[in-house]
This record gives sequence, C-alpha cells and structure tokens, in this order.
Amino acid sequence: MELFLTYLKAFLVGGAFCAIGQIFIDKTKLTPARILVGYVVSGVILSGLGLYQPLVDFAGAGASVPLTGFGHLLAKGVREGLAEKGLFGILSGGLTATAGGIAAAIIFALIIALIFKPGDKT
Amino acid sequence: MALTPKEYEGMNQKASPNSPLGKDMLLAFLIGGAICTLGQFFIELYTMAGLDAELASGTASVTLVFLSVLFTGLNLYDKLARLGGAGTLVPITGFANAVSAPALEFKSEGLILGIGVKMFSIAGPVIVYGVAASVIYGLILFLFQLF
Repeated sequence: MELFLTYLKAFLVGGAFCAIGQIFIDKTKLTPARILVGYVVSGVILSGLGLYQPLVDFAGAGASVPLTGFGHLLAKGVREGLAEKGLFGILSGGLTATAGGIAAAIIFALIIALIFKPGDKT
Repeated sequence: MALTPKEYEGMNQKASPNSPLGKDMLLAFLIGGAICTLGQFFIELYTMAGLDAELASGTASVTLVFLSVLFTGLNLYDKLARLGGAGTLVPITGFANAVSAPALEFKSEGLILGIGVKMFSIAGPVIVYGVAASVIYGLILFLFQLF
C-alpha cells in the first residue's frame, strides 16, 4: 500500500508538471528550448526558496524527473559547494551535482548518433 | 507508415491549430506522469540494490536518459512526443531527446559541426541559464552569510 502511494505521488506530481508545460505549448509561442530553460531556472529559484526539497521528499521521481528537478540539483550543488569549498564551490557545485545526467546524455547521444540512421521526418 | 487510430489522433491533434487544451493537458499529464512513475520504479529498484537515496535518484535519472536516447535512435520517442506533448518534453527524457535527436539528425554534417555542435542546440541554453541562475543564487547565499 505504501509503495502504491509512492508511485501515485510520483505520477500525480510529475504529471502536473507536464500538464502545466502543455499550457505553455498550446497557449504561448514559446519554443521547447525556452520552456526547458524556464523549467530549469524555475527549479533553481524554487530550490533557493526552500520549496523544492520538500516536494522531492514528498513526490520522489515526480519532482526529480521533471527538468525543474535538474534546476533543483544545480541549486543544491551550489549550496553544498559553498558550504564545503567557499566561493569556489559556487562555481563548481552546480555542474558537479548534475554532471552524471549531462555526461550520460552526451555519451549516449554520441553513441546513438554514430550507430543509428536519422529517421524520416514525416 | 502504419498508424494505430490512437497515434493518428495524436498526430492530427498536434497538426490542427485549435487543439483542445484540456485533452492535450490530460495526455501530457498521463504520459509525463507515467515517465515519472517509471523513474520512481528505478529509484525503488536501486534502493533495494543498496544505493543511498541520492545515488538511487541520480542513477534512475541516468537510466531514463539512456532509455530516452535509445528510443530517439529507434525513432520511437518522436512518435511518443506527438502524443504526449509536454509530457515527453518536461521530464529529463525530454532533455535527453533534445540532446540526441539533433545529434542524430545532423550527423551528415560531420562529427564536429554536425553531431558535436547540434547536440547542444537546446541543451546549451538549458545548461547556460541553469548554471547562471545557480551561480547567482550562490552569490546571494554568500552575501547573506557575510551579514
């Protein structure tokens, strides 16, 4: 039952983030790049205001998988970097915390770009 | 090209200018929610395997990135995106798709100017402004510590 609730919370919160994004797609002229930038920056701000960590604690992947979670990781990394390394940590903390995801996207994308053929755009 | 009626409906909706917002939002909610639920499944899996919470979450994200890039290569993520709209854009799988799809599409322009450059056409701005916002936040935190 508890596991079911965990999944339900992830589904509802993650779904809500996406439904909000759909409003931007349908009702504004914002391109996907702008929407993603907006989500990441919003995640940094929400994390800075102390609002995002409680959401991650509540919804798990429902909060960490949307791109706002990427912003939260950046902010969290900077917060921890500052605590551990001072001013230098402000620069190094964000990318350190998000390096796994970024490097994974780069490496996997490079591999598939090399071995797959582009599909026809219909 | 064989299409199920459902896929066709999704494509049709994407192409028509007055797509009903409610239905689009519902599809985004369902598909985006499903991707996050899959992420939660991986978190549970890696937690059971003994990873701590932070590492389990990170590894789950990397797994979703891998699956998204693979689906992009197989030309399947595109199909899902036509149906799911923001449901496939907002999760980290959308970011991974934004890295891998242009890399694949422009591979004919070469390893450097094709794959290497195009990979960052969407991921670039996301990283630039994400890092900028986080550094500003760090400076604000630093100033608060001084006073």
